Amino acid sequence: MASYQEFIQQNEDRDGVRFSWNLWPSSRLEATRLVVPVSCLFTPLKERPDLPPVQYEPVLCSRANCKAVLNPLCQVDFRAKIWACNFCFQRNPFPPSYAGISEVNQPAELMPQFSTIEYIVQRGATAPLIFLYVVDTCLEEEDLQALKESLQMSLSLLPPNALVGLITFGRMVQVHELSCEGIAKSYVFRGTKDLSSKQIQEMLGLTKPAASAQQGRPVAPQDAAASCRFLQPVHRVDMNLTDLLGELQRDPWPVPQGKRPLRSTGVALTVAVGLLEGTFPNTGARVMLFIGGPPTQGPGMVVGDELKTPIRSWHDIQKDNARHLKKATKYYEAMANRSAVNGHCIDIYACALDQTGLLEMKCLSNLTGGHIVMGDSFNTSLFKQTFQRVFSKDLNGDFRMAFGGVLEIKTSREVKVCGSIGPCVSLNSKGSCVSENEMGIGGTSQWKVCGLNPSTTLGIFFEVVNQHNAPVPQGGRGAIQFVTQYQHSNTQRRIRVTTIARNWADAQSQIQHIESSFDQEAAAVLMARLGVFRAESEEGPDVLRWLDRQLIRLCQKFGQFNKDDPTSFKLSESLSLYPQFMFHLRRSPFLQVFNNSPDESSYYRHHFVRQDLTQSLIMIQPILYSYSFHGPPEPVLLDSSSILPDRILLMDTFFQLVIYHGEDTLADTESTIAQWRKNFKQLLLAPLDDAQEILQTRFPMPRYIDTEHGGSQARFLLSKVNPSQTHNNLYAWGQETGAPILTDDVSLQVFMDHLKKLAVSSSA
Amino acid sequence: MSQQGYVAAPPYSQAQPGMGGYQGGFGGGPAQPLYGHYGGPPQAFAAPPAGMMKSPVSSAAGMPPPPASNQYNPNVQQNGAHPQRYPAPQAASVYGQPLQSPYNSMASMAPPPAQQLTNQMSSMNLGNYAPGPMQSPPPPTSSVQQPFQTSPPQAMGQPQMSPGPQSPHMSPQMSPQQSPMSGPPMGGPPMGGPPMGGPPMGGPPMGGPPMGGPPMGGTPMGGPQMTGPPMAGMGRPFPGPPGPGGFQQPGPGAAGPPGYPQQAGQFGGNMAGHQPGMPGAFPGAPGGMAGPPQKKLDPDSIPSITQVIEDDQVKRGGQVYSTNIRGQIPPLVTTDFTVQDQGNASPRFMRCTTYSLPCTADLAKQCQVPLASIIKPLANLPENETPLYVVNHGETGPIRCNRCKAYMCPYMQFIDGGRRYQCGFCNCVNEVPVFYFQHLDHMGRRVDFYERPELSLGSYEFVATLDYCKNNKPPNPPAYIFMIDVSYNNIKSGLVKLICDELKNLLEHLPSEEGVEASAIKVGFVTYNKVLHFYNVKSALAQPQMMVVSDTAEMFVPLLDGFLVNYQDSRAVISNLLDQIPDMFADTNESETVFVPVIQAGVEAFKAAECSGKLFIFQSSMPTAEAPGKLKNRDDKKLVNTDKEKTLFQPQKGVYEQLSKECVAQGCCVDLFLFPNQYMDIATMADVPSHTGGSVYKYNNFQVETDGEHFLRDLRKDVQKSIGFDAIMRVRTSTGFRATEFFGAIHMNNTTDIEMAAVDCDKALTVEFKHDDTLSEETGAHMQCALLYTTINGQRRLRIHNLSLNCSSQLSELYKSCETDSLINFFSKSACRAILNQPLKTVREILVNQTAHMLACYRKNCASPSAASQLILPDAMKVFPVYINSLMKTAPLVGSTELSTDDRAHQRLLIMGMGVEETQLLLYPRLTPLHNMDVSIKTHPAPVRCSEERLTDSGMFLLENGHSMFLWLGQAIPPDLVQNIFNLPSLAHLQGNMCALPELDNPLSNKVRAIINDLIEKRPNSMKLHIVRQKDKPEMVFRQFLVEDKGLHGGASYMDFLCYVHREIRQLLT
Repeated sequence: MASYQEFIQQNEDRDGVRFSWNLWPSSRLEATRLVVPVSCLFTPLKERPDLPPVQYEPVLCSRANCKAVLNPLCQVDFRAKIWACNFCFQRNPFPPSYAGISEVNQPAELMPQFSTIEYIVQRGATAPLIFLYVVDTCLEEEDLQALKESLQMSLSLLPPNALVGLITFGRMVQVHELSCEGIAKSYVFRGTKDLSSKQIQEMLGLTKPAASAQQGRPVAPQDAAASCRFLQPVHRVDMNLTDLLGELQRDPWPVPQGKRPLRSTGVALTVAVGLLEGTFPNTGARVMLFIGGPPTQGPGMVVGDELKTPIRSWHDIQKDNARHLKKATKYYEAMANRSAVNGHCIDIYACALDQTGLLEMKCLSNLTGGHIVMGDSFNTSLFKQTFQRVFSKDLNGDFRMAFGGVLEIKTSREVKVCGSIGPCVSLNSKGSCVSENEMGIGGTSQWKVCGLNPSTTLGIFFEVVNQHNAPVPQGGRGAIQFVTQYQHSNTQRRIRVTTIARNWADAQSQIQHIESSFDQEAAAVLMARLGVFRAESEEGPDVLRWLDRQLIRLCQKFGQFNKDDPTSFKLSESLSLYPQFMFHLRRSPFLQVFNNSPDESSYYRHHFVRQDLTQSLIMIQPILYSYSFHGPPEPVLLDSSSILPDRILLMDTFFQLVIYHGEDTLADTESTIAQWRKNFKQLLLAPLDDAQEILQTRFPMPRYIDTEHGGSQARFLLSKVNPSQTHNNLYAWGQETGAPILTDDVSLQVFMDHLKKLAVSSSA
Repeated sequence: MSQQGYVAAPPYSQAQPGMGGYQGGFGGGPAQPLYGHYGGPPQAFAAPPAGMMKSPVSSAAGMPPPPASNQYNPNVQQNGAHPQRYPAPQAASVYGQPLQSPYNSMASMAPPPAQQLTNQMSSMNLGNYAPGPMQSPPPPTSSVQQPFQTSPPQAMGQPQMSPGPQSPHMSPQMSPQQSPMSGPPMGGPPMGGPPMGGPPMGGPPMGGPPMGGPPMGGTPMGGPQMTGPPMAGMGRPFPGPPGPGGFQQPGPGAAGPPGYPQQAGQFGGNMAGHQPGMPGAFPGAPGGMAGPPQKKLDPDSIPSITQVIEDDQVKRGGQVYSTNIRGQIPPLVTTDFTVQDQGNASPRFMRCTTYSLPCTADLAKQCQVPLASIIKPLANLPENETPLYVVNHGETGPIRCNRCKAYMCPYMQFIDGGRRYQCGFCNCVNEVPVFYFQHLDHMGRRVDFYERPELSLGSYEFVATLDYCKNNKPPNPPAYIFMIDVSYNNIKSGLVKLICDELKNLLEHLPSEEGVEASAIKVGFVTYNKVLHFYNVKSALAQPQMMVVSDTAEMFVPLLDGFLVNYQDSRAVISNLLDQIPDMFADTNESETVFVPVIQAGVEAFKAAECSGKLFIFQSSMPTAEAPGKLKNRDDKKLVNTDKEKTLFQPQKGVYEQLSKECVAQGCCVDLFLFPNQYMDIATMADVPSHTGGSVYKYNNFQVETDGEHFLRDLRKDVQKSIGFDAIMRVRTSTGFRATEFFGAIHMNNTTDIEMAAVDCDKALTVEFKHDDTLSEETGAHMQCALLYTTINGQRRLRIHNLSLNCSSQLSELYKSCETDSLINFFSKSACRAILNQPLKTVREILVNQTAHMLACYRKNCASPSAASQLILPDAMKVFPVYINSLMKTAPLVGSTELSTDDRAHQRLLIMGMGVEETQLLLYPRLTPLHNMDVSIKTHPAPVRCSEERLTDSGMFLLENGHSMFLWLGQAIPPDLVQNIFNLPSLAHLQGNMCALPELDNPLSNKVRAIINDLIEKRPNSMKLHIVRQKDKPEMVFRQFLVEDKGLHGGASYMDFLCYVHREIRQLLT
């Protein structure tokens, strides 16, 4: 049998699934003792260029409350043309179209290599994709210009038949009509007045009053035109819209000294959501919000327009001093939920040096699967390229985005689903496979993910419900089916079905096996997600404490040690990295708010709960490459000891990409790096090239930092590395091993020492 | 004001209660007791007077016909009974008859009216006659009484009209009357006379004043003319004592005659006597008076406005009027004269009801002549008069009295060698600022007297300093926003296209201050139906941008930059926009509109731009869409002639009131162009314009072909007229009196500051003064009107008008210095305001009473003793009754269900903003014969009196009152005339809807068109030319402008009214 490493890799490649445990304890009690729950990271739309979608519909189990999809795990009676559902054991006849089925002539969904299969559903009319730009005009001239150019450029990236709309806002909100000739029309809304969706539609003239219908005037043709006035196919309004964007001016209302510009972000979003709600419910649509500052008026305002009142900080929030926080959050949450119900996702592109209210607005993207991109200015490559990358295409020339996804999970009866953590909302579908124990967004077996892309990954948590005294039948396997229905970017409705199974193991007799089936990377990410999820509602220290406890318990469970002898503590290979992950997680911006603004925290967390495992791990523990004269580039420890004078370091934290040129200790001429500069230009370029490679593929594009020893930007590196040498451990002074970090943070070493001590402590 | 003016009228205050009661009595049951009451004490007489009253009433009302008339049989039937019962009651007949005769003629002339008449008749019957019977029964205490009483009922029928009001006054005074009555038989008779038909009048062709007497003589006359019986009654009723007997005798003419001869003679005598009293005023009178009364009363004998106008024109026309004398009376408004400002404001700016104020409040109270000034602060001056000088005192600003804040003016007395000056208003002694110091000459006059306009002129302007500006910031130039209703109606009628096309030309000619080349006015555009569309027309744009605001509940302006632009800069974009607007909405089917949000949008726009300005709103329907200020149809003809009638004139909702305030605060003037096809609730919709110095134009059933040009002319005039914005005016007076009431298109936040969002060259406001104290004959009375405003170029200015008046303790001085045109302006405005709060009936009563009182007071105090039978009018007021009568026949005051509520409300609002010229013209239209003029003479032919009698079948007449214009064509008009004017073979070929004359190159056509164009040009409003043929249906409309005749919708003829007033006067005097 292949190693678990390979097994895990293979599973991930094929199904986009990483389980924390690849052998499942066979009873609830044992499962809870494993500390890390049975859970998985699931990437519903993992790119599978090798997987051609089949052009027919899935066959469903006929039991009303099951409806599981026929899959390779089902037992099939080829002669009787009957299959047994592996979840509910219902025996189902094959549909007539499967009449020719036999052992040698099996449909794809029965073949083991098709544990993940994608169906194209022909039902229903396909609606074009919709892109609604919501643009803040309270920007600096330069920013606005850059943004306009980006938007104009994006028109060429959109599918020609996609519908596009434009809303601009500042003090007022303007919905632009795109189909008009000769005169640019727009509907204007006051930026301070909350409007119901119905009011918005009335004001936009989208609803025909009953009265006019009674008068018997022909309304039908007008209706069609009316609903589309604001959302027009790109190919038709390309020129118009380009001009319109070109003429877009900064918000003309004067901003008095000492004031912020009045930004009606809240109303602009309401109008956008209301517009889509009224015209295209339940079709794939992206609201793309571009903001250059916080909402300063109307519903959803985050800060007043007085510059002397700064925008809320973590400190304010902890002191309950953030006046608008609760109200605004509630406002945006309500809007996010509405949008989610309609299947529309909301992106936020926030580019400003100060905060823009992402903390309050994050739910818009988090609940609808939209992107959040945070930058300093629209006039940076960070924004420009990231935005461009939103419209990137896969090998088939399709956009890497999908809409209106509904993920449904079916479990065999020993397992129940507790919840999910990711960019989704609950659809409140109660069923037999829903656990009462909620982890993340629970209480349902269906989630809506309005916006998906191939890397969107949900953390899904399960619970083994099998009672200890009811042993699982020999050779039985627990099975889980993920059914993801979504609208493909080419507007097809598709269903992707992934069915996986894992063996049961008796935790008492087979604890070794279970331990070796532990996927510490997945487990670290999943636990981190749980931690982040808690951090949203709990105090930071509580979360850390919880995390520590979990770690200690895990170490106690699986570590090998003599009681009260820390030095004897050992972890097996499959767990060896886990504490280190936890160490870095504790220091990560996902759980630490110190030094981060609330917006930044929200931004980091947003990405953390949606990226796939690899990226998530990078976020937890950034990777560090070292380039030296002496050999090929090599990954080095994320440790202060890696910061050496004659090295160039490349650190990837997911959000930042730092190139760090080591200290030039030997003055100008003799410096080794200086030498390189003269002689080995290519070598010098190596890290840059590598960085470029990452920059090319990463979404959102990371902040690229090229710095050197002593540079102010070096703090990005110094804050990440394990402070193994600090001003406190004096013995390190003067030695040429790495650079001391001026911090009071504990180093990994200290952390591990404590962990060991606690793990072996008999009193714990 | 209304209350003050009317209710407070001291002499009447007592009478009034009685009046009300009295009227009621007539109207229905309740009256009876009162009636009885009156009858009680002075039984014989008391009752009779009542009767008398009524009859006059009827006549005044113009209500049809005294029962007696046969012609009206259908209607009269009910009445018929009465006449029978009181066959003798000549009294009734008396009044009725005079009425009838005119009436008859009417009928014959214009058959179509028949319908209306019948309607009126029937209504009368229902309403008024009923009571009649009741009253008739009164126990005849004396034989005399009976006849009188009988007469009343008949009158009753007619009272519908305004006349009612008069009776009240009468009643109280009845008792005094009695004695005279009984005493001099004569007195009685004369009374009767006037009603008659006024043959007596004939006597004094010119003077008119002595009128009263003659009527008596007329009585006999009437007899013959009238159908038999009633005639006899004519003279009688009044004659009371003597007459009665005679009258009772059914014998028609017989009864009357006896008394007459005597009377006639007496009249003659009286007349002569009077004349001395009336200095030269009644030259012709004596002769006329003397004339035997036998003939039908000659209409030429009663005072004629056209004559008065002509006389004044002859006397003072073409002359220079220097304003250097205190209390000097200016020429009539109709006279063509040149003003030279020598220390008092030109009458074009300020005109007073009298130029000699009574010294004491008591005197003022006694004579009842309102003391008022009509101020048209920005009046246009003819080209040959010097425009106002602008004085700039630099940063110190204008020099003002420390105490009363009056501005430096010729009435400041410099003393102490020029170091100090004494304020002419409050007498406070002020230091002269150092920079302003100047030595005095030997006369005590400053050496620089002639170099400083503020020392030597009546009117001038100061440049205002920042202290006089809002927020201490210099104002921005004003803006004009054009707000076009693009709902279905306006699109379909082609109006939108018309406006858009016109605007392109119009905007090239925006007004600017003299000497400034380019207009500083900014322009903006809004279209709207249920939602508003704003347009960004910034010059930098390639094409205009439209911004739709649907949130009408809370209006806001969606853009700042590019909404209000300089036309010259943005011409290309605006032109592009105006081309597109009609097409953009070409297939609209939106028929609902909003209104209040439209104005709010304008206010918001001005607020955002920090400027003042004017909104031009073009609206075709009542705002029924869901939005603030939504209106419901509340037109209810049933309210007409009830106490609730006033509600028809009151604005509908509080939101409009609030809006007016906001507009005024921001200096937002609203001009409304309405194109209604049905009721629109103008009372409400025009509320904002009427408080912001705006104008309301109305084009019923607008059609581009027929009304387009008319509307465009109005629009052009309106856009181009000179105007000031964001104005505050204050009228200061010297001690002893002060301004108490203000009428006009204004807003008053407190009792002294007149706020106007804008005031243009045609808007006048009327200010009434009351005494605080005794005025001194020596110093006279000064008034200073200071208007702070923003010019169309955005400069803040103070315009000062000063006027000094005489004061006199002699009432005769006052009467000599009266100005009828101004008086009538005051009465028009006060009546138009009063109808908001009082029943029309009351208002009309008050008008008549006050008229009678003013004249009676003259008679009593100023005229030399004469027979009571004589009607003696002060020369300066001799045509006053025509105007008052005409005023009561205007749409707002007439109380007829025939008139649309909107028209009435509209006219009411128009009057509120009118100047003296306009009210004069409105109340006495010019009727000009065109068929017999000499085409070679440059001047216009002289107008003739506004009476049907002046029309000739073969004639062609032009009638114009500043708002309507008619070309009347007689039935027998010569074909060559038709050919020359219309290029048609005969009248029959004339198209009904013609609204302009074809351009034909012949002298007559040229002349006629020149006259018409000249008038259209000259008047503040453009007029639509209606061409009416004699006996055509539209002629009815035309006829209602013949103000000397009986009103089409009610209202007495001039003659009847005069008689009635005479009787009132007599009663007051006795």
